Amino acid sequence: MRERVLRTVWPAVPIILAVATTALLVMVYQADPVQTFSALWEGAFGSPQSTFLTLAFWVPLLLASIGLLMTFTAGLWNIGVEGQMIMGAIAASWVALKWTEAMPNAPHWIFLPCSIILSMVAGALWAALAAVLKTRGGVHEIFGGVALNNLAIITTNYFISGPWQPPEGGTFRGTEPFPEYALFPLYGNTRFAPLSLVLAIIALIAVALALRGTIWGLRLKALGKNMRASFMLGISSEREAITSMMLCGALAGLAGAVRVLSWFDSLRQSISGGIGFLAILIVLLASLRPLLVVVISLIFSGLLTGGSVVELRTQLHSSLSGIIQGTLVLFMLLFGDYRQLFRKRKTPAEEVAEEQPVPVEAVES
Amino acid sequence: MSVNDTEFVRILASIMAQSAPLLLAVTGETITERAGVINLSLDGSMMFSAMGGFVVAYVVGGRLTDAGITGHFLPVMAGLAVAALLGALVALLIAWGSIRLKRDQVAIGFVLTMLLTSMANFLGQGFTRLPGPRVKHMPIPILSDIPVLGPMLFRHDLLIYFSFLVVIAAWWWMYRTQPGLQMRGVGERPEAAFVRGITVNRVRYLYTAIGGALVGLGGAAYSLDIKIGWSDNHILGIGWIALAIVIFGGWRPFRAAFGAILYGITRALAQVLQTSFPAVPVVLFNSLQWLLMLGVLLLVGSDAIHRLILLAPKWAQRPLGNLLRVAPPAGLGTAFIEE
Repeated sequence: MRERVLRTVWPAVPIILAVATTALLVMVYQADPVQTFSALWEGAFGSPQSTFLTLAFWVPLLLASIGLLMTFTAGLWNIGVEGQMIMGAIAASWVALKWTEAMPNAPHWIFLPCSIILSMVAGALWAALAAVLKTRGGVHEIFGGVALNNLAIITTNYFISGPWQPPEGGTFRGTEPFPEYALFPLYGNTRFAPLSLVLAIIALIAVALALRGTIWGLRLKALGKNMRASFMLGISSEREAITSMMLCGALAGLAGAVRVLSWFDSLRQSISGGIGFLAILIVLLASLRPLLVVVISLIFSGLLTGGSVVELRTQLHSSLSGIIQGTLVLFMLLFGDYRQLFRKRKTPAEEVAEEQPVPVEAVES
Repeated sequence: MSVNDTEFVRILASIMAQSAPLLLAVTGETITERAGVINLSLDGSMMFSAMGGFVVAYVVGGRLTDAGITGHFLPVMAGLAVAALLGALVALLIAWGSIRLKRDQVAIGFVLTMLLTSMANFLGQGFTRLPGPRVKHMPIPILSDIPVLGPMLFRHDLLIYFSFLVVIAAWWWMYRTQPGLQMRGVGERPEAAFVRGITVNRVRYLYTAIGGALVGLGGAAYSLDIKIGWSDNHILGIGWIALAIVIFGGWRPFRAAFGAILYGITRALAQVLQTSFPAVPVVLFNSLQWLLMLGVLLLVGSDAIHRLILLAPKWAQRPLGNLLRVAPPAGLGTAFIEE
């Protein structure tokens, strides 16, 4: 009984800790925490405009997080998701900027599907590069990812300061705005594209089903649980690693397309807005549960859109949102499992039965 | 004009100076990982320490000036001490999460990277783009006049000399002392070390903290010496470079130091080439460090080195293998259960 109460109430503890830490920080800067949090809420969901802004930010975040569900299940740290988004954004921009220019007589509806497909291909290929570097080159995906992220950023800068520079020249900010028919159809006067949300939901359902109900999903899980054991069972770790990375990359690429074709209307310098890294935090916090990913990513994007309102009202740096998100995930990782915190000392045998991280022969002697 | 006044030697000296923060961070992380703990938070914790070190030095400097005490020495020392402390605390948090709470070190480290970057930007607001105290230039007499080597090694400041010494000290400690042997044992085969009566987890806490302190100093070496001051995302990305250099260094102090200096050389080379070949797109030079990172990781990660060694004559294979071989400590990143 006590156990059950504890289990339901416990998840609130990291949340309270995170909010308390943030409130404390705000108070150090002589701002009112209540006012700050209410500004955060208003900035996120207070008005229709802000709600749609949050939704528009949410969709690419959700897409990237869904992709990461697959790679994390396979035990891969796809930090390169940021770069995969950027490559998708570049591919989508290519269609929206250059194809529209080259084919003025083509029917207008044809460009958006091309953008979507090409962005997914670009993201998948960029992810495949990280995957092959890992499986064939022995480069850990974290470092491959970091390097490829930075190369992707440099590639963006190359395009917007070089071949895709606006004709008047000079600006390093971005390309010319794309023609409206190449963008996602936007809802009213907002940056939110309902079609992109539909695509994200389809992706979510497909990924959740694939992970739960297919042999492929089972193999990914085996791979994530224990790479060596699955190798012994004859699961080709390379194939699963590459497919999960490429599928994740495809969704990240789509997220990049959503960024340039709805949030912005052109290719900009910082196209990803840190969404890739944020998505990693989300999937860690959700511990791989798809529905939780949906909820947390919505909350996180609310925190970010709210953060800029906080900066406007209280002069506090907008990185406050990052602090709330970071402390939340940190405390959840550290203290999320109460059994680990309050457990009684177990006998070695129980320990081993539960965890089995190290060979035990040496300990026993 | 002596050789020491030439542009070439000046560039060499500046490469050595620029490498100092990386030397500190890379040596620190090498120590931590050799004891079996991965501190993945480097990119965040270096930023955090850089911010903390600068802000403390700035504030202390202001207070002391008000009290009539001038000079940069005390403020800088205060800043460095705080930076080292912050670095050690972050590292201890990771060790505690891993050893006591049995959590994934990589996950905690990654979250801390993100969190500390935000924290640094948040707490550093109000201190951006201010002129602050800096480590005082202090060439060593006589030694600094040695041709070429003088400017490279002896025409800097105390913090930079300290970073050179740290590398040597870390090597000596690891390979020439009994506690150093214990430390490597704890990272390599914790069970065996435990049977030998070593308190594995206490040793891990200790070296994680020492390594973290060096990482913190590395961060502050930027904000107080090499890239003075504070701004949003002041040294973003350098922590990842440092982590990659540790791998390239094969978890050995001198090789890691070599990697750090090699990085400095490519940066300098890129700058020189960029000014001499303005026609080549800037992109290429910007990409260089990341391509290099992929390249060296590929070299040490794949079996390329192994194949290279097999090409050598039989008698040379063994020493060559010892020199070039790269293997992470076997117990790296695993929790050890003492019972």
